[in-house]
Amino acid sequence: MGSNAIPQSSNAHLTTPTRLTGAEIIWATLVGEGVTDVFGYPGGAILPAYDALRKFPIHHTLVRHEQGAAHMADGYARASGKVGVAVATSGPGATNLITGIATAMLDSIPMVCITGNVSSKVLGTDAFQEIDITGITLPVTKHNFLVSKTEDIAPALRHAFQIAQSGRPGPVLVDITKDAQQGTAIFDFAAAKPRPYRPHPMLGTDESSLAGAAELIRNAKRPIILAGHGVIESGAMEQIRTLAERAQIPVALTLLGLGGFPASHPLNLGMMGMHGEAWVNHAIQEADLLIACGMRFDDRVTGTTSQYALKAKKIHIEVDPSEINKNIKVDVALVGDLRSVLEDLLPRIPGRDGSAWIKTIEASKGAVAVRDIKNLPDSGHLYAAHVMHDLWRITGGDAIVATDVGQHQMWEAQYFHHEKPRSLITSGGLGTMGFALPAAIGAKTACPDKEVWVIAGDGGIQMTASELSTIVQEGLKINIAIINNGYLGMVRQWQEFFYERNYQSTPLVSPDFVKLADAHGIKGRAVRTRAEVADAVNEARSHSGPFLLNFMVEKEDAVYPMIPAGSALHEMIRRPGKNPLVESPDDK
Amino acid sequence: MLHTFVAYVEDLPGVLTRVASLFRRLNINISSLTVGRSERPGLSRLTLVCDASAEAGHRIRASLFKLENVVDVDDIAQAPSVTRELALIKVAATPENRSQIFELAEVFRARIVDLAPESLMIELTGVESKIEGLIQVLNESEDRILEICRSGKMTMRRGHHTSRVLRAMGAPAEDSANAEPTENFEDRAAVEPE
Ligand SMILES: Cc1ncc(C[n+]2csc(CCOP(=O)(O)OP(=O)(O)O)c2C)c(N)n1
Ligand SMILES: [Mg+2]
Repeated sequence: MGSNAIPQSSNAHLTTPTRLTGAEIIWATLVGEGVTDVFGYPGGAILPAYDALRKFPIHHTLVRHEQGAAHMADGYARASGKVGVAVATSGPGATNLITGIATAMLDSIPMVCITGNVSSKVLGTDAFQEIDITGITLPVTKHNFLVSKTEDIAPALRHAFQIAQSGRPGPVLVDITKDAQQGTAIFDFAAAKPRPYRPHPMLGTDESSLAGAAELIRNAKRPIILAGHGVIESGAMEQIRTLAERAQIPVALTLLGLGGFPASHPLNLGMMGMHGEAWVNHAIQEADLLIACGMRFDDRVTGTTSQYALKAKKIHIEVDPSEINKNIKVDVALVGDLRSVLEDLLPRIPGRDGSAWIKTIEASKGAVAVRDIKNLPDSGHLYAAHVMHDLWRITGGDAIVATDVGQHQMWEAQYFHHEKPRSLITSGGLGTMGFALPAAIGAKTACPDKEVWVIAGDGGIQMTASELSTIVQEGLKINIAIINNGYLGMVRQWQEFFYERNYQSTPLVSPDFVKLADAHGIKGRAVRTRAEVADAVNEARSHSGPFLLNFMVEKEDAVYPMIPAGSALHEMIRRPGKNPLVESPDDK
Repeated sequence: MLHTFVAYVEDLPGVLTRVASLFRRLNINISSLTVGRSERPGLSRLTLVCDASAEAGHRIRASLFKLENVVDVDDIAQAPSVTRELALIKVAATPENRSQIFELAEVFRARIVDLAPESLMIELTGVESKIEGLIQVLNESEDRILEICRSGKMTMRRGHHTSRVLRAMGAPAEDSANAEPTENFEDRAAVEPE
């Protein structure tokens, strides 16, 4: 180690230029950037950095697989709004990060991944555990750096933090060779500051487009606000609410937008898109104005674009200029940070009477899809919907929920009502199975005082179940709900609907999850009937340590409504005939 | 349609890969690419020509700007501009038939830049059609083309220099959906991240 051993928890080196090893510079820079927690896994090429870690006030969570490290950093960022940090060694350590990096990329999550690499002298020689990780991650990062000189470490890391958080956020990878970690350089945190942030030059909200947008809103008869992830990322909850309330415009949310506008708000329509409520999708098809806020008209929310909201003019408020007119041609684009654009727009928006349109939508609810599961007589079956509903009711909707990918993810989105931003953590863009458990660990690390639930399928939980021991090693109070339907349920549903019930490779044998939990020293309980749900949830909540609930739910239930991929938004598959999950207009 | 992008990029390792990767991902073939130093220190200037739909221009430009190492992007489109390409053509020629090629070179305002016992090298600058023209004539005559090396296209707008053009493009666009930049790099307000 460098001769200047850093006294623990002294930050003198942050203010006084000091000679440090590259390894020390890594942590010193992170401390300077405000990092308190990292998620990682050691190995030869990152060992110098690990050796220096003990000198710095940074908590390191040892993961069980580097994919977990990336998802934890991601969950940490989603829960806190801060930059998540993952650390891995070269070669297989670095490649194991990739799914997690891509997950963060598609959902615009600020994250910095640090990988070690072989010594700069052998770069490009296929040395032991050498892989071109900057080459591999180029398309799934916002930017990446290959650092082979000690003096470049601090500037690269600081630049990485700037890039990760600015504009449309995203993951950045910094690959640091072993010799760069071992060498020494003068560490000058202030001097390593990146050049001033350059906003995308195609941002623009000129007078005429603001006036145009205001005009469209004033004249609209059937407007809808489409609120996406951008609402949460730019912290525009208040502004969206003001816009909706003042102009009496109903709000539909994307999956990642859930929580950006309170579920209980009378103007909240619910989730749009493939598994959105029927009335929401119908309303979008009938609307004469869509005000898209921080969302990107993903194919999962538009259905076939050729038949999407044909009667509507469109206003797109979006931070990324390359999203404008990408999927849906819009009439007015306001390109910039959502919150500041809305702040510019709001003074131009007068009060408006929206009651006629709201009544029309309300009326269509009765005719279509409102589910009343609360008053449903117990048929002895356990439906995932019940589990979600009870979880929501019992937690008071105050928990952070990390969902995996599949049917349970959609049921959670439908039946767990999110009031607050950052209370739902889910992989929307990439749809990464295995995300929930590690993401929840990240979220709990960021928000130790929050109640945190994992909701995962029997399939997805097994992709990253090794992180159960991370929970134990870290002593985290995380509750885990496995929605166990014995199938890769969402794929089975597609097979049911579109492949003549050919259940090829979707029935799934799983371990006894309660015993698996037990083997980790985690308490668990299986739940087979609806009557047990509330008691089990309460037991899990009141237990001091982590708790796993294995909900043995109806095996062949499907998520309704569903827009088949490539169909129009109004062409929904509805729940057939008499089903235990009665649809009624008064699920209040 | 053919798109011509002129971009200023940082002169660093890997930058070209990032630019090329963007087109690769869109499955768009880059038909011509030239890169070299520019009037701005530390920045290379590239001219990139590709065939893509008319609507793709806006998105490609916006996506190029998202690359951290890309500083300026101009979509030349149909704007008045000068485009040139350089070609070196090596032709089999003996002292007996050289004069005929010399004449040809003169007609095309080309230069002979190398003379060997069995070959000579022609240097030609011009628009694509001029270069294609000389190659065609050489192919049609007895003269055997041994090698062709073409630089790819270099494009520069006529009149104001690019920075000023980019600024001018920032004038309120009629179609705000296709909002153009308001400032060029040098003038771009230095903003600290929040
Ligand atoms: C890593 C990964 N592989 C495959 C898929 C495709 N896929 C989407 S949902 C799903 C089934 C998930 O099954 P399970 O975890 O049991 O959840 P369920 O749908 O049954 O609730 C699969 C295989 C995916 N999204 N991610
Ligand atoms: Mg399942």
